[in-house]
Order: sequence, then C-alpha cells, then structure tokens
Amino acid sequence: MSTQAETIVLPARFRWRRVSLRLGDFPLIPTLILVGVALVAIFANVLAPHNPEIGSLAARFRPPFWQTGGNTRYLLGTDQLGRDVLSRLIFGARVSMVVGFTAVIFAGVIGTTLGIVSGYLGGWVDQVIMRLTDTWLALPALTFAIFLAAIVGPSMWNIVIILGITYWTRYARVIRGEVLSLKEREFVRLAVVAGCSKWTIMWRHILPNVINSAIVLGSLMLGVVIITEATLSFLGVGVPPPQPAWGLMLSDGKQGLMVGRWWLTVFPGCCIMLMVLSANLIGDWLRVKFDPQLRQL
Amino acid sequence: MVRAVDDVSLRIHAGETLGIVGESGSGKSTLALTILRILPPAARIVSGKMLFEGEDLLERSDAEMRHIRGKRIAMILQDPMASLNPLFTIGDQVGESIRVHDGASRASAWSRAKELLKAVRIPSPETRVTQYPHEMSGGMRQRIVGAIGISCEPRLLIADEPTTSLDLTIQAQYLNLLRDLQRQYHLALIFITHNLGIVAKMCDQLAVMYAGRVVETGPVSQIFNSPAHPYTEALLNSIPRMTDSVQRLTAIEGQPPDLAALPTGCAFAPRCPRAFDRCREAAPPEFSVARGRTARCWLVAGSGTA
Repeated sequence: MSTQAETIVLPARFRWRRVSLRLGDFPLIPTLILVGVALVAIFANVLAPHNPEIGSLAARFRPPFWQTGGNTRYLLGTDQLGRDVLSRLIFGARVSMVVGFTAVIFAGVIGTTLGIVSGYLGGWVDQVIMRLTDTWLALPALTFAIFLAAIVGPSMWNIVIILGITYWTRYARVIRGEVLSLKEREFVRLAVVAGCSKWTIMWRHILPNVINSAIVLGSLMLGVVIITEATLSFLGVGVPPPQPAWGLMLSDGKQGLMVGRWWLTVFPGCCIMLMVLSANLIGDWLRVKFDPQLRQL
Repeated sequence: MVRAVDDVSLRIHAGETLGIVGESGSGKSTLALTILRILPPAARIVSGKMLFEGEDLLERSDAEMRHIRGKRIAMILQDPMASLNPLFTIGDQVGESIRVHDGASRASAWSRAKELLKAVRIPSPETRVTQYPHEMSGGMRQRIVGAIGISCEPRLLIADEPTTSLDLTIQAQYLNLLRDLQRQYHLALIFITHNLGIVAKMCDQLAVMYAGRVVETGPVSQIFNSPAHPYTEALLNSIPRMTDSVQRLTAIEGQPPDLAALPTGCAFAPRCPRAFDRCREAAPPEFSVARGRTARCWLVAGSGTA
C-alpha cells in the first residue's frame, strides 16, 4: 500500500530527479570509447591516411613516428608488407563493430526466441530446447566456432553466423528463466482469460518484459564476441586477409614481437582490450540499472 | 489423484448473481478455471457437462474456447496490482480484448477503452488511457481490470475474490460498481469469495463449497435465515457480530480435510458437531431441502426428498 501511495503522489519533476541521480554512475568514458570506435568505423574511408590493403614493400617495418626510423607519414608504423598500421586499425574497427553487433543481435534473436518459446510453452518443447541448449553449452565454444569456420570457410558474414549459432545458448537460458517467472504473473493470466492466443501472449506480453534482460546480456556478450572474432582471425579461420581485422593483425605481427617490432601487436591488442572493457563496463551498468531490486537503492 | 472439484452442479441465469463461498482450498477458484478451461497443465476435466447458452463448453475446441474467453465469458482476477502489464498503457490493455475478439483497429479500441473507463467511473478517462498502471491507485487498477472484464460485453462474468486486496471503503465502491454494471449489461455474475458479508450484499443465489463439493445451494436470504447444512451454519456463526460481548471469535474446530485422503462418508463429518454414524459410513447425496434449495447432509434426508 505504501509504495502505491508513493507512486501516485510523486510529482513528475521529482521522478525525473531520481532518474538523473541514477545517471550519476553512468560509464561516460566507456561510452565515449565505444561511440568513438563506431564513428571511426563509419568514417574509415575519410579518416584512414592510407589504403589498408596495399603497402609498399620499400616501407616495410617502419616504427611509429616517435621512434628513430619512423616518420609522420606512417604515424603508427607499417607492417611486414609496408601497410600503414593506423589505417589498418581504422578499417579493422569496421570489422569488429559489424561482426560484434550483428553477431550479438543474431545470437540474441535466436536465443531470445527459443528462450521465450521454451519457457512459455513448457512441456516437451521446453525439454527439447533445453536439452539442446545443454548439449550446446557442453561443446567448447571456441573449438566449435573453429570447427564451423573450417566447414563454411572464412568470410566476415560467415563469422557473424558462426558466432551467432555459437553463443545463442546464454540468451536462451537467461530468457527462459525470466519467462518462467513472468508467465506466473497475474497480467499474463489476465491475457489468457481475455482470450489471447499463446503467440499473442508471447509476442505482446512476454517479449517486451524480457527485452531489457536481452539488451543487458547483449552488451556483456559484445566483449565475448569481439574477443572470439579476434581469436578466430588470430588462428587464421576468421576474416580472410588482406581485409584488416584486429585479431588478424595480432596474428601477423606475433613474430615481430621477438625482434622488437612491438607496434604490430601492441596497437591492435590495445584496441581489442579497450573495446571489450568498454562493452563490459556498459553491460554492468545496464545490468544494475535494469534490475528493479538494485535500482530501488 | 486429487478430486479438486467433484460432483458440482450449478445453474445461473442471465442477470443473476451466484455467490460461491468456501474455505481456501475448497475448489472455488478451480471451479472458475474449469469453466474457462484454463486449468493448470496437471489438472484434467474428467467428466461432466458445462452448458453455456445451450452449448457444452467441454465440447468446444481450444480455438473456439479462446473466442469464448474474454468475449462471452470474462473473468476478473484477484490481484489488481499484478493484473496489468506494467509496460502497456491503460488504453492498450483495456482495448486488447476488443482488438483480439472483434478485430477492431487500435484507434477504435482506444475510443472504446475511454467509454469503458467512464463506465467504471474513472475520472478524466481521456488522460487515463495514455497512462501506465504504476500511475494508478489500487482501486483504480481494480476498476480497470473490471473494465477489461466487461469490454466485450460478456454474458457471464466470473469474479474471483476481486476485492480481497482492496481496502474496505474501496471494496464497497467496487462492489456497487460491479452490481451496477451487472444490471446495466444484464450479466450473469459468478462471485467467488470467502466473505459472507459480501455475499449478503451482492448475491441472489449461493453455493457453499467444502472439499471440492457443493454442500448447500439456494437463495441467499433463505440460506442465511435457516442454513440446512451444519457447515453453512458454522460459517454463518463464525461471522463476528457487533453486538457480541464474547471475547473470542467463533471458529470451526479442526482443519479442512486433505483432498488426497478424504474420509469415507461426509467430508465434513470429522468437524461436524452433529455428525452421527451414517455420516461416517456414506457420503450424502444432494438432497432437495425446499424449492431451489439443496444440501448434502444426512440430517435433511428425512425432511426433504432425495
């Protein structure tokens, strides 16, 4: 009763203040990094000083400009084929962004759909989907992804599909759990009583109530997906060369580490780390923000 | 196996209110869910007939039942706080049945929703339809749930303890509203409650349930004046009276029986002050007490006809 009274008497202004107070712990820097990477990816054509796929062999292994032997023509140095590292990083952001987001969305759509259907319908449908999920989870994700990549062959969109069907299981599990508690809620029963069909209820009443969780999970999965993409590229079953991808750059540059060509691996490594860290920090924040129990604090 | 509802026979006419009372677990709500055929997966309807406007509801297909639910038989659930989806506007929720059943457009469902909100006496319906459930009080939410119930002008409305979570002044308002709506739409209303005071106020006919069976039926006034079944009598005696000077409230001794292990004979016999040998040997059938009155008790076996 007291919470009810509170909701009614609160003037709109006061509620806004509570919202803005909660924005106090907003992860500004991670958001700026992610938005920055997105902008770089979008405007890669304009920003990159060189063609990322064509180098001049005469300018191989130039160090960054502040080291002896480096010059400002190649700000972050060049690789073994004389390609500009900065330009490749800029275009590599495109791959990471596109692969990261589309794979997370793809996995999310599969997992959320199966989770809702499984949780709401229950019975043998639930059994089948959950046993499938168990089996899927028992497979080592990376090995499974490599296996799939070996079958379908390397291309950026294949990687998206592979990551999607590797990682949908987490969504399915989490969403199913939410649906199990949601479907006992009175408003779902009211929809049943009102004569809505199962599909109407799942689409209109259940989905909007689990979409928050799916978004939170997605932001946490973004880091995992980007790492996996980089790993696949590193292992040679990811985005095919000469297309620039951060993982591929790491892979190509790894011999250089022994002979002091650190810029070939450190820069893409930092990019991956920053992006994954940002995605995770934003994910954590969303998780707290969307969790009604934590939000009450 | 548990018989949650067993050998129940009820009749309700248009414009009439049937009250169903009984303790928790006596099968009141299960009966309501049975009528709408939305029992939980573990439950089965084994046998029987449910005639609604001349058709047996048990012979309808699931798809046909869905068109009956909400459209011709509607139900108001117990908890107004939880009955509304927190993410949708009031207009969308009140209009949902109309859209599902009559294929109305969103705009026309909304304008109908405004009329319905007016019908359940919600002030300024024009602004209310655009608001969300958390912006309403408990009483308002319950009235909105009521509006959803009558949105497709059903012939039968089942209200399952619709006022238990409301405070007393709002209860009274809501009951008046339900009664007015019933008169206006000439509804048949099944009112499930454990509050005999509400029964006296609302209902024409009464069915008392105990352990999944109807132990007594008849017109409310007659049952209140001269209960035929000892259980009904005990229920009526347990209502606290303003004039009573006793300190302790009257209670019915003992516990309701475990439905999985019902005693042979009458289910109420172990708690019944007037039980005799026959009660423990055989379950009493439904005896007719008077015109339109029945009771399941061996005590009335002599006075009435089987």
